[in-house]
Amino acid sequence: MSENESEPVRDEGFDDFLDAIEAGEGFYLECPEGHGSLPPRRVCPHCGATDLEETPLPETGEIETYTEVHVPAPSFADDAPYVTAVVDFGAVRLTGQLRGGETAEIEVGTEVSVGIGENETAGERVVVFRVA
Amino acid sequence: MTGVRVAGVGLTHFGKHPERTGRDLFAEASERALADAGVDRTDVAQLNYGNFMGELSEHQGHQGPLMAEAAGLTAPATRYESACASSGVAVREAVKDVRNGEVDVLLVGGTERMNNLGTAGTTEALAIAADDLYEVRAGMTFPAAYALMAQAYFEQYGGSKEDLAEIAVKNHDNALDNEYAQFQSAISVEDALDAPRIADPLGLYDACPITDGASAVVLVSDEYADEHDLDAPVSITGTGQGGDKMALQDRQFLARTPAAERAAEEAYDDAGIGPQDVSVAEVHDCFTIAEVLALEALDFYAPGEGIGAAARGETTRDGDRPVNLSGGLKAKGHPVGATGTSQVVEMTRLLRGDHPNSDAVPGDVGVTHNAGGTVASTTVHVLEVDR
Repeated sequence: MSENESEPVRDEGFDDFLDAIEAGEGFYLECPEGHGSLPPRRVCPHCGATDLEETPLPETGEIETYTEVHVPAPSFADDAPYVTAVVDFGAVRLTGQLRGGETAEIEVGTEVSVGIGENETAGERVVVFRVA
Repeated sequence: MTGVRVAGVGLTHFGKHPERTGRDLFAEASERALADAGVDRTDVAQLNYGNFMGELSEHQGHQGPLMAEAAGLTAPATRYESACASSGVAVREAVKDVRNGEVDVLLVGGTERMNNLGTAGTTEALAIAADDLYEVRAGMTFPAAYALMAQAYFEQYGGSKEDLAEIAVKNHDNALDNEYAQFQSAISVEDALDAPRIADPLGLYDACPITDGASAVVLVSDEYADEHDLDAPVSITGTGQGGDKMALQDRQFLARTPAAERAAEEAYDDAGIGPQDVSVAEVHDCFTIAEVLALEALDFYAPGEGIGAAARGETTRDGDRPVNLSGGLKAKGHPVGATGTSQVVEMTRLLRGDHPNSDAVPGDVGVTHNAGGTVASTTVHVLEVDR
């Protein structure tokens, strides 16, 4: 195996985004029309503008919808059951796992912060929400 | 512009056939369709073929020519991939090619082999129809994605697990006499509510099964049908396709499916009809909530009002507009790449009168609705029968 093949491949843009969240400097991309999107992007998916600017992600968002997953994909086998949520941060939404709370207490509208955690099964980084 | 007739249709049994290869399944479905059509095999000028996960399940790409060979054709063949809408797209492209005079006779179909992957492998394979970076890496599965939409729907419009269970009960009832269906067994609302949870609020009976199967139709121009005196009373009179953002998080709506709304509007306009003219529908009920979203996207109901349709008896076989008389994906099964064409097969049989549930069809106009992923792509077709 060559040296290149032994190195895990970074997904530039996406991994930069996870790094930024991990450092407490989460951002999204904003076009001149004010549309939000997430990297990697060269073009605003809403209007086609090409001058996208990194804009700070709000520190908290609201749960818009969620589910407790009992039958996971193999790469999340040891993580189940877990709660997957879509969280509204205003200009963008993010999908991740809700951790550290009693699922019975969660409801749509619950305010959460975003961070990066680890997938127990595969040890890979995953977007994580915690009740704010 | 010529009209497009459905000259012949064919299916394999939908179910567990882990030992059968995709090429064998498609050979069977295509042989039935060609025999049903009664057209000369050498007149078939093109194969449009749908398949989603062949690389993962059979280590087989480039399935177009392989499946043409399996069907005994020497015609050029192309595989269409649009997740669970793969063969719906293959049908749409075939309709366009007949209309524009490119070809007079086409074979359209699809196949999926899934059970050999097992539940975990299938869950993983299906997940690649979602956004890998933002959804799959967050642990989202397809049941989870539809559960997120169901939760959003309940939050916005109301509805309950019981309402969803009624849809499962209805579709199981419809499959009882369908020899091609995976489940020919009745279930009760209690069975559905007591089933193991997959992703709340969805349980095992809210989900379609893992299915192996193939489907095929022979499409011909009006001129070809007339010249060859074919008995082909069903025509595809409208086609539409819509798209949306790949990831749920990037959609304008989580409890509506604009891709299907756009596909329906285009198909209705193309056929010169409206939703009020549709008497029967086969819709993409991969999960019970998906049937609700489909009924609303097809404009049979306003947003938020489709949820109780099965419970109220409006979409049951004795209702005003029966939905999924085949049993739907829920009970008939969902070999993903075969589903879009299989809906056309079922609708053709329902309209021309040789389906076990044909007596439940209250009119002459049917619609098929085939969705890919979490409805990031959709095709809708209008079928009409000359009686």
